[in-house]
Amino acid sequence: MDFNFTEEQGMIRDSLARLIREQYDFDTRRGVVASEAGWRPEMWAQFAELGLLMAPFSEEDGGLGGGSIDAMIVMEEFGKGLVVEPFIPSVVCAGGFLKHAGSAAQKEEHLAAIMGAESTFAFAYAEPRGRYNLADLETVAKKDGAGYVLNGHKAVVIGAPWADKLIVTARTGGDRRDAGGISVFIVDKSASGVTTRDYPTVDGRRASEVYFENVSVGADALIGSEGEALPLIERVVDEATAALCAEAVGAMGVAHGMTVEYSRQRKQFGTAIGKFQVLQHRMVDMFMEHEQSISMTYMATLKLDEDEVTRKKAVSAAKVRIGQAGRFVGQESIQIHGGMGMTEELAVGHYFKRLTMMNSEYGNVDHHMRRYTALSAGEMKAAAE
Amino acid sequence: MNLDFNPEEIAFRDEVRAFIDENYPKDLVGMGSREDLTREQFLAWHKILGAKGWSAPAWPEKYGGTGWTSTQRYIWSEENARVDAVMPLPFGIAMVAPVIYSFGTDEQKARFLPKILSGEEWWCQGYSEPGAGSDLASVKTTAVRDGDHYVINGQKTWTTLAQHADWGFFLCRTDPDAAKPQEGISFILVDMKTPGIEVRPIITIDGGHEVNETWLTDVRVPIANRVGEENKGWTYAKFLLAHERSGIAGVARSKRGVEKLKQIASTEVIDGKPLMNDDSFARKVSQLEIDLTALEFTELRTLAGEAQGKGPGPESSILKVKGTEIQQRLTELTLEAVGTYGAPYYRGFPNDDSSNEFPIGPDYAHHSAPMYFNMRKTSIYGGSNEIQRNIITKMILGL
Ligand SMILES: Cc1cc2nc3c(=O)[nH]c(=O)nc-3n(C[C@H](O)[C@H](O)[C@H](O)COP(=O)(O)OP(=O)(O)OC[C@H]3O[C@@H](n4cnc5c(N)ncnc54)[C@H](O)[C@@H]3O)c2cc1C
Ligand SMILES: Cc1cc2nc3c(=O)[nH]c(=O)nc-3n(C[C@H](O)[C@H](O)[C@H](O)COP(=O)(O)OP(=O)(O)OC[C@H]3O[C@@H](n4cnc5c(N)ncnc54)[C@H](O)[C@@H]3O)c2cc1C
Repeated sequence: MDFNFTEEQGMIRDSLARLIREQYDFDTRRGVVASEAGWRPEMWAQFAELGLLMAPFSEEDGGLGGGSIDAMIVMEEFGKGLVVEPFIPSVVCAGGFLKHAGSAAQKEEHLAAIMGAESTFAFAYAEPRGRYNLADLETVAKKDGAGYVLNGHKAVVIGAPWADKLIVTARTGGDRRDAGGISVFIVDKSASGVTTRDYPTVDGRRASEVYFENVSVGADALIGSEGEALPLIERVVDEATAALCAEAVGAMGVAHGMTVEYSRQRKQFGTAIGKFQVLQHRMVDMFMEHEQSISMTYMATLKLDEDEVTRKKAVSAAKVRIGQAGRFVGQESIQIHGGMGMTEELAVGHYFKRLTMMNSEYGNVDHHMRRYTALSAGEMKAAAE
Repeated sequence: MNLDFNPEEIAFRDEVRAFIDENYPKDLVGMGSREDLTREQFLAWHKILGAKGWSAPAWPEKYGGTGWTSTQRYIWSEENARVDAVMPLPFGIAMVAPVIYSFGTDEQKARFLPKILSGEEWWCQGYSEPGAGSDLASVKTTAVRDGDHYVINGQKTWTTLAQHADWGFFLCRTDPDAAKPQEGISFILVDMKTPGIEVRPIITIDGGHEVNETWLTDVRVPIANRVGEENKGWTYAKFLLAHERSGIAGVARSKRGVEKLKQIASTEVIDGKPLMNDDSFARKVSQLEIDLTALEFTELRTLAGEAQGKGPGPESSILKVKGTEIQQRLTELTLEAVGTYGAPYYRGFPNDDSSNEFPIGPDYAHHSAPMYFNMRKTSIYGGSNEIQRNIITKMILGL
C-alpha cells in the first residue's frame, strides 16, 4: 500500500499551487467571475503549458502517462482556489470519452487540441426532467443516411459558454429510461441548429441551456458503438464525480482553515471566539469531516479502474460522504464567521456556495445513497445464489 | 385544554380572510420571504393595514393595538401566511415601538407611534458594531453631551435596510467610565437624514443589498430623542430583544413554505415519477413538518403563558433556535427539490429580451439557491443560536 504521490505528481501539484497562489487570488477570481467572459482563456492556456491538461492521458495518446490520480491532484488545487476553468468538462469528461472509446481518427482530431487548450469541450448530458438519471433522455438522434439528426434540450451545461465543442448524450433507440439505445456524439457548438442561452451560476461559473434543432452530424461524430453507450457514460461520469470529490476536498480544507484562523482573530466578550468550547468542538468536527473526505476521495479514485460494481459503489460512497461533509463544513464556516460569513466580500461565503452546488452535481446524496444501496442488494443476492 | 376555535374565532377568521382577499396587493402574493423588494413593495401592505387599524396587533390598545387575543393573533398570522404576505417589517412595529410606549415620554409617544403604525416612517436598528456583535454590551459608538444635543460618533454595521430608513434606534455609549460596560449605554432615536450619517451597502452572499454599514460623524441629535434614562439603555435594549417574541419562530410562514415545497416536489420528477413519491425525499419533508408541529405547539404554549400574564422569558430562545433551524432546513430542501435548476443565477442574467423574466428553468427554482444562502443569516442574527443556547444554559438550566 502506498499513499504517496510520485515525484512528477508532486511537481504538478506544487507548480499548480504556486500558479493559483500567484495568479488566482480571491480578488482576481472575483474580477474574473464578474467579467463579461467569466473565465480567462489565457489562464487555461497557462494550465495547458504547465502540462496539467495532458497529465491524465497515456503517453500513446500524447499525454504525460498519468491517470485519475493526476486529475484528482489538479482538482484538489482547483478547489482550493475556486478555479472556474473547465477541467472536469473538457479534460475529464470529453477526454475520458475519447480515451476510453474514441476512434484513432477522433483521438487524432480532438485529444491533442484538448491537451493544448486549443479546443474546449463541455459535456451536455443533463436534461430538464431527467434529474440525475443518465438514461432519462428526451434528446434524440435519428439515423439519417450515414449520419444522425439531433433534437432536444440540455440543461445547465457547465462551461458551455466557453466551449467550441460539445459531447452530447442522446437516444438512438429504446424508450425514455431504457439502459439500451443511448449514444454519445461530438457536436460542434457552431453547427447549424445548435442554439445556446448563456448565464452565470450561483457559484461563480457559467453555463448554458443548449437546444438542438435538426442538427446534422456525420457518422464520425459517434463515439463508441451506437445504442450501447450507457456503461461508457457511467464510467466517465464516475471519473468526473471522483474529480469533483477532490475539488470538494480542496474547498473544504480552505473553508475550515479560514474558519480556524478567523476564530483566532475575532474577539468577543474579551476573548478570541476560538476559546469557546462549543466552537472548538465544532471546528474539530469540521476537521474530521475534511479528513474523512480526503480518505474517501483517495479510495474512490484508486478504484476507478476496477470492475463496474466496485467502481460504482466506491464513487457513490465517496459522493455521499463528501456531500454530507461539504454541507456541514460549508454551513459551519458561515456560522462561526458570524455576520462576516454572510458577506460577498469575504472568500469563505464563496467556498460555502461552491460546496453547496457541488452537492447536486453528478447526483446528490440521495441519488448516490440509492445507487449504493441497490448495488449492495445486488451483491447480496448474487452471493446467496 | 382545547384546540378548537370557538364560533367567534371562526367568524374572526372569516373576516380577516375576506379582508386579505379583497385588499392584499395581488402583485405581492407569494413575496413574503423575498429580500429584494422595493421600498414601496415593503410598505404596501403595512400602509393598508395602518389605515384599517391592524398594523400592530400586539400593541396595547391605547397606543393603536387591536386588542386581539393570542388566538386571534395566531389566526391573523395564519391568514397572512396563506398569501405569503409581505408583512410590516419588525424594526418599527415590533422593536422600537414597545420601547417607546413602555419607557418613552408622552411627546415621544405622540411624535413616533402614529407614523410607525401608518408605515409613514421606516425604522432601522443600530445595535451591532464591527467589534460588538454577540458581545453587544461592548458598543463603542459615543454620544457626548453638547448643550441640549448629543454628538454621536462611531460606526454601526449590519444595519438592515437602512438605505430606506427615515429613523434609527441606536445604542450609544454615554458613560465611558461606567463600572460595567452594560451600565454606560443610552438608547437614542436618530433621524437618518441628520448630517454626518453615511449609509454604505454590504452585499450578502445571495447577491442582495439587505444590510449596511452606518457611519456616524459628529451627528447632532437632541437629547430629547433619548428614550428613558441616560446610561440605562442596556435595560431597554434587552427588554426589546426579549420582547420581540411573537413571530420570531415564523411558524405560519414556514407552514406555507412547506406547502410550497410539497407543490414543487410534486412537479419535479425522478425517474418519471413525482419527487414527492420518492421515499427518501418524502421522509425529509415529513421530518420537517413534524419539527414544525413541535415548534408550533411550543409557541402556542408560550403565547398562552403570556396571555396569563407571564412576562416574556428566556423560553423565547427556544423559539428563536428551533424556528430558524426550520426556516433554514426549508430553504435547503427546496434547493434540493429543484435539482439541476438550482444553479442558474438570475441576478447575473443579461436581459436580452428586455423583460424582468428569467427564462431559465421553472419559476420556482430561480430564488431557491439565493434564498438558501440568505437564510444562513437567521442563526447568526437576533442573538446567534450559540448565544441563545448560552442564555438557556444560564437562565433556565442555571449553570
Ligand atoms: C443579515 C443580517 C442582518 C442583521 N441586521 C441587523 C440590524 O438590523 N441591526 C443590528 O444591530 N444588527 C444586525 N445584525 C447583526 C447581528 O445581530 C450580529 O451579526 C450578531 O449579533 C452576531 O454578531 P457578529 O456577526 O459580530 O458575530 P460574532 O459575535 O463575532 O460571532 C461569531 C461566532 O461566534 C459565536 N459566539 C460568539 N460569542 C459566543 C459565545 N459566548 N459562546 C459561543 N459562541 C459564541 C457566534 O455564535 C458566531 O457563531 C444583522 C446580521 C445579519 C447577518
Ligand atoms: C441581536 C441580538 C439579539 C439578542 N437577543 C437576546 C434576547 O432575546 N434575550 C437575551 O437575554 N439576550 C439576547 N442577546 C444577547 C445579549 O446581547 C447578551 O449577550 C445576553 O443577554 C447576556 O447579557 P450580558 O452581556 O449581560 O452577559 P454576559 O454574561 O456578559 O455574556 C453573554 C454570553 O456570553 C457568554 N460569555 C461571556 N463571556 C464569556 C467568556 N469569557 N467565556 C465564555 N463565555 C462567555 C456567557 O455564557 C453569556 O451567555 C442578543 C444579542 C444580540 C446581539
